[in-house]
Amino acid sequence: MTNVSILDELQRNKILELLETGQRVDGRAFDEPRKITIETGVIPKANGSARVKLGDTEVIAGVKIQPDRPFPDMGDKGIFICTAEILPLAHPTAEPGPPGEDVIELARVVDRGIRESSMIDMSQLVLIKDKSVIAIFSDNSVIDHDGNLFDACSYATTAAILSCKIPKWEIKDELPVLVEGQESSPPITTIPTSVTMGRIGEHIIVDPNADEWACMDARITITTNSDGNICALQKGGSDGFTLEQLIKCSEKSITIGAKIREIIKESTKGSS
Amino acid sequence: MGGKEPSVVLLDENGIRCDGRKVDETRKVTIKAGVLKNANGSAYIEFGDNKIVVGVFGPRDVHPKHLANTDTGIIRCRYHMSPFSVTERKSPAPSRREIEIGKVIKEALQPALILDKFPRTSVDVFIEVLQADGGSRCAALAAASVALADAGIPMRDMVSACAAGKVADTIILDVNNEEDQSGQADMPVGYMPNLEKITLIQLDGVLTPEEYKKCVETAIVGCKKVYEIQKQAIHDKYFANNGD
Repeated sequence: MTNVSILDELQRNKILELLETGQRVDGRAFDEPRKITIETGVIPKANGSARVKLGDTEVIAGVKIQPDRPFPDMGDKGIFICTAEILPLAHPTAEPGPPGEDVIELARVVDRGIRESSMIDMSQLVLIKDKSVIAIFSDNSVIDHDGNLFDACSYATTAAILSCKIPKWEIKDELPVLVEGQESSPPITTIPTSVTMGRIGEHIIVDPNADEWACMDARITITTNSDGNICALQKGGSDGFTLEQLIKCSEKSITIGAKIREIIKESTKGSS
Repeated sequence: MGGKEPSVVLLDENGIRCDGRKVDETRKVTIKAGVLKNANGSAYIEFGDNKIVVGVFGPRDVHPKHLANTDTGIIRCRYHMSPFSVTERKSPAPSRREIEIGKVIKEALQPALILDKFPRTSVDVFIEVLQADGGSRCAALAAASVALADAGIPMRDMVSACAAGKVADTIILDVNNEEDQSGQADMPVGYMPNLEKITLIQLDGVLTPEEYKKCVETAIVGCKKVYEIQKQAIHDKYFANNGD
């Protein structure tokens, strides 16, 4: 994601050297995520919003909710659409324009975590079957980029959804009409939490920052639900994992995910 | 997963799946290497109802030039579905799904390739899904590996691929389209058998930690089966006695 070039090799050696002695560049333990701060309701014009800081990575997610036509084969379900954008002010190499494959992957990984965990009970978002349903859009804007956008955007989207209020629509002449002043909490079934880990050499580190990200051999994002089950996975990077490493990563994702889930819950307390 | 009501019985009381397979059985896989004249390497795979052709060009000059790396060759990968490959016509413009799959396949192949002897060049992998069934990214990855080997690109191993998943609370090998639509989980895996390294893994659906472990292990068994068919395809082209 970050396109750092000449320093890579030097930096990689330094980072690897430190890892051999059990240290990370920013002094964290291997399975220690950066400090997470979540603030909800930051965009009052959105139906739900959150500003997440994961170390120096910063993301704002806004949820907009509106009636829409359902997908042809999904007439009994509401719609959830998730996008992401790395704003040009977030990083010197970020440029405006159509999203590249990194950004598309980012949005799809965040989307998958929400969707596959069935976080929102979509069957409760139907206004008229096959004709009109409620669509939830979550748009993530990365405003400062210090690595691991996957988790930052996931937490932002999750917190924005948890804190959103769904407006009420009534059906008149087969068309949805907004009922002013009535809103409800979203139908939440579970809270998905993603944990992204990088492999540098034989070391697995949780929540890599941009420097670590630039010299990772491979990475994996594992999303778990409130029951501690695994609901989405995405491997990336130019190398692979052994089966043992994958098992180890899944265990980490469950324990660390549980802690982060509490932070997300705490930040959205009282709003839903 | 889609969570749709299954229109078919996904797993009957005898442990037989909707297409007649057992839980640990893959669909029929056939691979042919060297099917295109112009490409440097190519392969055609039929994986169940998937029909996919892969062409590889390179190592060759990189365009646009700024993508070139002075230390090593690069790999690029396009995964594309023909408009007629699925039930409803698909727009020929690349979708976000196709772009993501192109990226994960590229990153699954990368660990197998040795490109440092080809700085400033690119190996371009073009995948065309002529007909899609469940598990097309695995089929595409398996075929792309054969096409790369056919192109004579230096490789540490071929990347094999197969999915595992969960239907009716049972872990199954090689998820087909119905199982993908109505099942509980789908986990595509790419694997280099000689190096015992997993180079692609994704998951849609919910698994307990125990199921997760079993699912990866099951997929690896499938990958090893597909690997034999990949090797046979190369063997058939280069070591067969029939002279063609």
